[in-house]
Amino acid sequence: MAEIVIIGAGPAGIAAAEMLCAKGLKPILIDEGARAGGQGYRRPASDLALDMNRLMGSEAEKYTALHRRFETLLPRLDYRPQTLVWAIDGSTLHLLRDGQAETQPFDRLLIASGAMDRIAPLPGWTLPGVFTLGGAQVALKDQGCLIGNRVAFLGSSPLLTLAAKQYREMGAEIAVIADTTPFSAKIAALPGLLRAPRTLVRGLWYMGAALRAGIPLLHGVMPIAIEGESRVEALVLRDAQGRERRFACDAVALGYGLKPETQLADLAGASFAYDPDFRLFLPAIDSMGRARPGLYLAGDGVRIGGADAAEASGALAAQAILADLGHGQDIAVTRTLARDVGRLRDFQRGLARAFAWPKAQIAALPDSVTLCRCEKITIGEVRAAMAKDLGPVEVNRVKAMTRCGMGRCQGRVCGPALQEIVAAEIGGDGAAAGRLRGQAPVKPIALAAAGSTA
Amino acid sequence: MSGRTTDVAIVGGGLIGAWTAFFLARRGQRVTLLEKGVVGAQSSGVNFGNLRLQGRFPGQYPLSLRSQALWEDFDALIGEDCEFEQTGHLYLAYDEEEHVKLEGYAKVSESHGLAIERVGPAELKRRWPWLSERAVAATYSARDATANPRLATPTVARAAARLGVEIRENAGVTAVERSGDGFALTLADGGRLHCGALVNSAGAWALEIAERFGETAPVFPAGPPQFVTEPFPYRIEPSVQAIDGSVIFRQIPRGNIILAGYPRTAADPQANRAPVPPAKTLAAMRALARVAPLLAQCHVIRVWSGIEAYLPDMIPVIGPSETTPGLFHAFGFCGHGFQIGPGVGLCLSEMIVDGATPTPLGPFSIGRFRSEATVSEKFRKEFD
Repeated sequence: MAEIVIIGAGPAGIAAAEMLCAKGLKPILIDEGARAGGQGYRRPASDLALDMNRLMGSEAEKYTALHRRFETLLPRLDYRPQTLVWAIDGSTLHLLRDGQAETQPFDRLLIASGAMDRIAPLPGWTLPGVFTLGGAQVALKDQGCLIGNRVAFLGSSPLLTLAAKQYREMGAEIAVIADTTPFSAKIAALPGLLRAPRTLVRGLWYMGAALRAGIPLLHGVMPIAIEGESRVEALVLRDAQGRERRFACDAVALGYGLKPETQLADLAGASFAYDPDFRLFLPAIDSMGRARPGLYLAGDGVRIGGADAAEASGALAAQAILADLGHGQDIAVTRTLARDVGRLRDFQRGLARAFAWPKAQIAALPDSVTLCRCEKITIGEVRAAMAKDLGPVEVNRVKAMTRCGMGRCQGRVCGPALQEIVAAEIGGDGAAAGRLRGQAPVKPIALAAAGSTA
Repeated sequence: MSGRTTDVAIVGGGLIGAWTAFFLARRGQRVTLLEKGVVGAQSSGVNFGNLRLQGRFPGQYPLSLRSQALWEDFDALIGEDCEFEQTGHLYLAYDEEEHVKLEGYAKVSESHGLAIERVGPAELKRRWPWLSERAVAATYSARDATANPRLATPTVARAAARLGVEIRENAGVTAVERSGDGFALTLADGGRLHCGALVNSAGAWALEIAERFGETAPVFPAGPPQFVTEPFPYRIEPSVQAIDGSVIFRQIPRGNIILAGYPRTAADPQANRAPVPPAKTLAAMRALARVAPLLAQCHVIRVWSGIEAYLPDMIPVIGPSETTPGLFHAFGFCGHGFQIGPGVGLCLSEMIVDGATPTPLGPFSIGRFRSEATVSEKFRKEFD
């Protein structure tokens, strides 16, 4: 029997596994996390008395259902939690489990690696107390912790209001919700967003709730700095009316939307194309998620679409695997799934316009701002390297000359901002700036993981 | 001569090409450096950065020592820094057979005036306590050094440009012909170039030019698998190499450990890629932990390799063509071109301008491949 491996036990991976198990196949489901559910439907530690229904709000039912479905599935799966895929070599996965390296061959590989926050730097963003928006939610859902008592939410994302609502319900004070996209851009994007009215209503409801609670909700802000001596003390910004405003806080959550985690797709041989709406290089896939023979991509790890789209695209990719293995596919199911995935991803494309990545603000950042925090490289160092004779004009070369993106995170945090700095310097778009190539290991691995003998 | 667009055209903007351009320009030559991609990519940019003098091919010492003097004078010569550090180099032997070999290397080095220090196990433990206790003997050469390969070639190329060298990136050469007593080159963009002398420093892509003029060498592409760890406090000053070739590593002052492992990995010059098989990364990680156990919990953050040109006798081709006056070859540096790069550039400039160089380069003649090639012992060990 063909060995089918799914990477990622979020909604996409679980939905795919469900579809394959229903046909009597037994996929291997590898997940870096300790508990299934991915980032959005993350389960709290088992000894934590956290009211997940309250935390998940309108999504509580789906959350409960997904985990119930996973429990049912478990006996028919080869589920391997806390397992990192650190490299892919031909048809072999290189894993790290319990601190030791091991391998797993595959015939079909479905990668549902999820997404992470896209971060725009600003003065002070490396101060203790600054978190990604996703990190702020993980702290809450995984450990029941708040990142601070008085939290400012800054970025350009509908998730700012959602996270603020969760934080407020868990007892945090909200200093401000500050969105860099003007309100007018959101209105202009409304027609496109009507393709997923339920999600739209939910988003508007969060905004309304914030306003009712008296939380300052600002649109069209220009971030100036996160201030603090040794940790976060305030967020300073210019509001849409041009007034400089200072919000005292002890933590800042930064969220400029999500970006797919595509490193594994890269190592597995997917090809990439630039997407001007998201301003990201994304793996090329067909309508069912095929990236190349034997390689399938689903969920937010390939296109940001949210949990519902992830589930549908996971099931759709499983249909592609079944079809490619000669099991035949259910045409009606496939068609419905494809329609849902398309609709939900279009909605996210609309969101990417309503909550725009602030490329002009990034390009205008002062030289002194840290761009790569792993290697402590400033924007000015990148600009200076590019201004030299024979200076680099493409991100991989900029990395080679400056070390920007060479550190622990391998450019996952600084990559999108680096792209905008390079694009602005060469006077081109994000496509011209190029794409940081993926290299193993996808996450740092200790020498000891290799063991002592061959 | 009229009609010539340049005195010397150099094909290949790696370290060798850049240094050759620099020294030719200092001698007043009009030089055009042609690079199919960007200067200092592939083996020039991704190598380990070793300026090692111990354990080199005996016939290479005059060239190596001349080259080291140029590295030592880099900042003054070039006017920019490339993170040159005189770190010293420690060679480790793990059994008696290796010890004998180490002693052989030391004698050769000393015969060329290099100071080699013999270090026994007790002394090893005292001076470099982070080493595992398995080493039975070591030699240390204080003059050995390191530099940052990512910076070196672009820096030298910029200096060459300041001296008037025309540097053309993204300028692949599609055809080379004899034209009078010079050469005519056709570029990928359709442009033409006429030159008096031609330098073939095209690395893994150099064979095409040699064969165009009736010469050959069994050159093939490969790359060493390399990795870097996260930074941690600076403790390891010298470059450290196990004489069996299983591991060579160094720590840079900012804290990261850089490692090159063997056997080397296959490379594809057509696709311009030299992927590192994860199994080789693991083997190199094990080897490093064996030599320096304190690094066992150190995290590897990135691996890489690059395309280098190798020859089965593990020594490069350097010198004039034997078929075509005015053509000069410098390729196939077998993973040790970084150290001799400046010296090769200087010697080539002397050959072109003066007709000869004082540095003996006989062993590197391309003519040696007219008869059957010898295969080096090193070659058998460092490839799989």
